[in-house]
Amino acid sequence: MTDTLTPILTKFWDDPQSWTLATYERHDGYKALTKALEMEPQAIIDAVKDSSIRGRGGAGFPTGMKWSFMSPPDGGPRYLVVNADESEPGTCKDVPLMMANPHALIEGVIIASYAIGCEHAFIYLRGEVVHVYRRLLRAVEEARAAGHLGTNVGGKGVTVDITVHAGAGAYICGEETALLDSLEGRRGQPRLKPPFPGAAGLYARPTSVNNVESIASVPGIILEGSDWFKGMGTEKSTGFGIFSLSGHVTNPGQFEAPLGITMRELIELAGGMRGGRKLKFWTPGGSSTPIFTEEHLDVPLDFDSVAAAGSMLGTRALQVFDETVSVVRAVARWTDFYAHESCGKCTPCREGTWWLRQIMNRIEAGQGTQDDIDKLVDICDNILGRSFCALGDAATSPITSAVQYFREEFEAGMHTPAHELFPPEKSVLFTVQTPVQTKESSGMVSA
Amino acid sequence: MSGHDASGHLHVSSESKAPYAADVLEKLHVDAAEVIARYPQKRSALLPLLHLVQSVDGYVTGRGVSFCAEVLDLTEAEVSGVATFYTQYKRHPNGDYTVGVCTNTLCAVMGGDLIFDRLSEHLGIGHDETTEDGRITLERVECNAACDYAPVVMANWEFFDNQTPESTIGLVEDLRAGKDVAPTRGAAKVCTFKEVSRVLAGFEDGRADEGVGAGPASLLGLKIANERGWTAPGAQADGKDAK
Repeated sequence: MTDTLTPILTKFWDDPQSWTLATYERHDGYKALTKALEMEPQAIIDAVKDSSIRGRGGAGFPTGMKWSFMSPPDGGPRYLVVNADESEPGTCKDVPLMMANPHALIEGVIIASYAIGCEHAFIYLRGEVVHVYRRLLRAVEEARAAGHLGTNVGGKGVTVDITVHAGAGAYICGEETALLDSLEGRRGQPRLKPPFPGAAGLYARPTSVNNVESIASVPGIILEGSDWFKGMGTEKSTGFGIFSLSGHVTNPGQFEAPLGITMRELIELAGGMRGGRKLKFWTPGGSSTPIFTEEHLDVPLDFDSVAAAGSMLGTRALQVFDETVSVVRAVARWTDFYAHESCGKCTPCREGTWWLRQIMNRIEAGQGTQDDIDKLVDICDNILGRSFCALGDAATSPITSAVQYFREEFEAGMHTPAHELFPPEKSVLFTVQTPVQTKESSGMVSA
Repeated sequence: MSGHDASGHLHVSSESKAPYAADVLEKLHVDAAEVIARYPQKRSALLPLLHLVQSVDGYVTGRGVSFCAEVLDLTEAEVSGVATFYTQYKRHPNGDYTVGVCTNTLCAVMGGDLIFDRLSEHLGIGHDETTEDGRITLERVECNAACDYAPVVMANWEFFDNQTPESTIGLVEDLRAGKDVAPTRGAAKVCTFKEVSRVLAGFEDGRADEGVGAGPASLLGLKIANERGWTAPGAQADGKDAK
């Protein structure tokens, strides 16, 4: 039986200079690389496959399998691209990881690159976190000076270099093919699949796109072994992950734990609900995953259990909302987000999110019409599975799940504004000193 | 505002097409060559080059678009098409400091909406507008990956955690007064929009070692684990003793 929390990637985040190479080396840093360079590349892929680690970026595809699905070497370039475009509402694990412990990612990138035959890896970081970019640039510089990067990595004649690339503000670039288009200097719009990136990715070459946490977990798997990794978590969701609790808990924060921990345990660790209030709804994996309620507190937070309960583990972005919050207001704002971030490439998502937004906003204002709920569900039905990428599907998740659990609040939106039913000042974390503005003044501005 | 219209298209004013001074252009070419060298194919340099243009001009100017097109062998339409896709590229002159209040659901509910409204009223400007003194551009921003510190405000893409209307008004007033302002988690002070744009183009400014590694919320799980003696399997022997 493993402990409730298992600090691994977060283990020395409290060191005064946790981000430096010196600190990382004091905590076994780059020992996994030394070990990996003694192994055949295929043996590294096998070890990662054997660990059964599933991608930590939301979709949960097995990392080792992704690597082995890449087209076989043909003498041309092969690429590793790290998806560090963390933008899913509620998700806040990769950014603190890269800020506090960037070398875990860098070491993982070097090992993964060696394993898949990549000589030039990329880290695509969202552009809105400048200090994280500084830390990554510095970490690459330190790793290069230490001989971990370049044309003779570890003195073994292996070539690996890393370019850290800053995006410029676009949620869609978290979608792996949109990310590749963006990295190629284009508008970040998703590509038609197949071909998958493993066959034709960056510059139409075989490419593996992996999440930050997936890659940062690789050094541990190599150093401690796949059995060590499998010793944590559940049979089909092995290992550990960072769980991010935010919202109406007493102490929000990051908790690194084996997959399968429950929300009840996590909320307890976070000091319970703020002011002893009642939990109303929460997201297991960000705004794109159907919401859960109190009845789901004991669902093990692993890929399969969350899916069986009707949602997705996603990025373990646990956003907690108490009884003071209007679910209509929350969902309306997420819908604004998806409409704003829809890239415009496909019609169901571009037009559908626009209409969802109109309807959600009028329900929030208490001006919904009799058939608005049916219309919402119908539009969602026409987006889900019919849009070009997962963004469109994601836009429907909060709406359909909220209608499922809180239909009466949508019905109330036909006559009463959400801010009258749930005064917003009751949800805020500070004392409100002036009269609260109404929805009119806080409506999202079209951008 | 002359730089954009409701359609969101890039309409550049004629003054933004005025040629660069010779020395500025020469420096731009040197920097651009360094950026291009980071990539196997030069078009990949477009995003950082647009950040670089903003570091010189304060927004994506007509001449900046022409410069990128020239060095990357693209059409100006191709460059504009990219520049208008991403929210960090500004289509009209930006203030010295972009102050972005997160108004995505979680932050909005925890107080972000109130912060934005109070700030907007205080500054007399709305989303994507700039104060008359040219110091502050106010924005609503989407989730910035710091939800455990909600409500969050970003100043030139540095983190200001656990904000209130009062703290944010204090922040903008200090920035307007020219005082050095330290983010909660970030560099020792908030740099200007142009300075930060240069970093985003991939040019280090020597500030990586400034600031904290992690804030209290990031450390909460670790703290509890340490208090209760919880560790990962096999981790008892190493790690903690090294501190």
